[in-house]
Amino acid sequence: MTAVATALRELWGLFVEDASLTLGILVCVVIAAWALPALGLREAWRGPVLFVLLAIVLSENVRRSARR
Amino acid sequence: MSWAHVGTVILAAFLASLVEFVEALTIVLAVGTTRGWRSAIVGAGAGALFLTVLTLAVGPALQRIPLTSLQLVVGVLLVLFGMRWLRKAILRAGGVIGLHDEAAIYAKETAALARDGGGTPRLRARLDGVALATSFKGVTLEGLEVIFIVIATGAGGLLAPAALGATLAGSLVILAGLGLRRPLARVPENTLKFAVGVLLSAFGVFWIGEGLRYPWPGEDLALLALAGGFSVIALLAVAAVRRSRRPA
Repeated sequence: MTAVATALRELWGLFVEDASLTLGILVCVVIAAWALPALGLREAWRGPVLFVLLAIVLSENVRRSARR
Repeated sequence: MSWAHVGTVILAAFLASLVEFVEALTIVLAVGTTRGWRSAIVGAGAGALFLTVLTLAVGPALQRIPLTSLQLVVGVLLVLFGMRWLRKAILRAGGVIGLHDEAAIYAKETAALARDGGGTPRLRARLDGVALATSFKGVTLEGLEVIFIVIATGAGGLLAPAALGATLAGSLVILAGLGLRRPLARVPENTLKFAVGVLLSAFGVFWIGEGLRYPWPGEDLALLALAGGFSVIALLAVAAVRRSRRPA
């Protein structure tokens, strides 16, 4: 069980290190999947908007991490 | 599928796998030099076999998942993975956290393995449980990341190019390891992780768009634009971090 728990913990660690970054990314995906269509944004713009949202999340997270 | 897409897949899989194989090699080398090559190689081989069985078991199951669902899930995982690497690479390049030092990790691992007298010739002559487990664990954990990278970058019919990229990386590292018999400390790890973070993040966003059935302007060429975009954002972030750390 310990080996399984260690493996699961390592697997989790591959994708989640900084909780705020993870949460920010997931929020962006939810916005892209639901909010953008609900707002009536044209389909061709939704991918680029997702990129911009993620770029903002990354930049903000790096800025805060550098300050700590 | 355009050559831009195929080429990017091979490159992403090659670079990402290269980093993982280098880390696995450091662990196997540490085990081999302190506790015997027999245990190191048997442990590494067992890890590779386990990963092969896992891939053969899981691979066909993945093909049964509807493509758009797979692209969406894989895309989200790739963005989580890629942006985690990119964030760390930016902070390392900006001097906020220390650079990854393969030589230091090797020294730490060899010290830990040698602590309980593991270097005795008698122990090296037979299979050593600690050495086997350490080598197996190192190869398996790094190998899982390689498998994820290959499956994620190759989602949508490009598993062969992705596997090719990973195989080239693995072959290169194994040959270098056999030749040098010491950690590949001169590999510019942070630069590699920066590039891999950019590529995997770009792939992730691309797959999320595909999974949500959003048409990308320029189709496959959007992948290159996304990579360019993440590169610019990351380089600006490094410059901003360095500037903020300069004494007033």
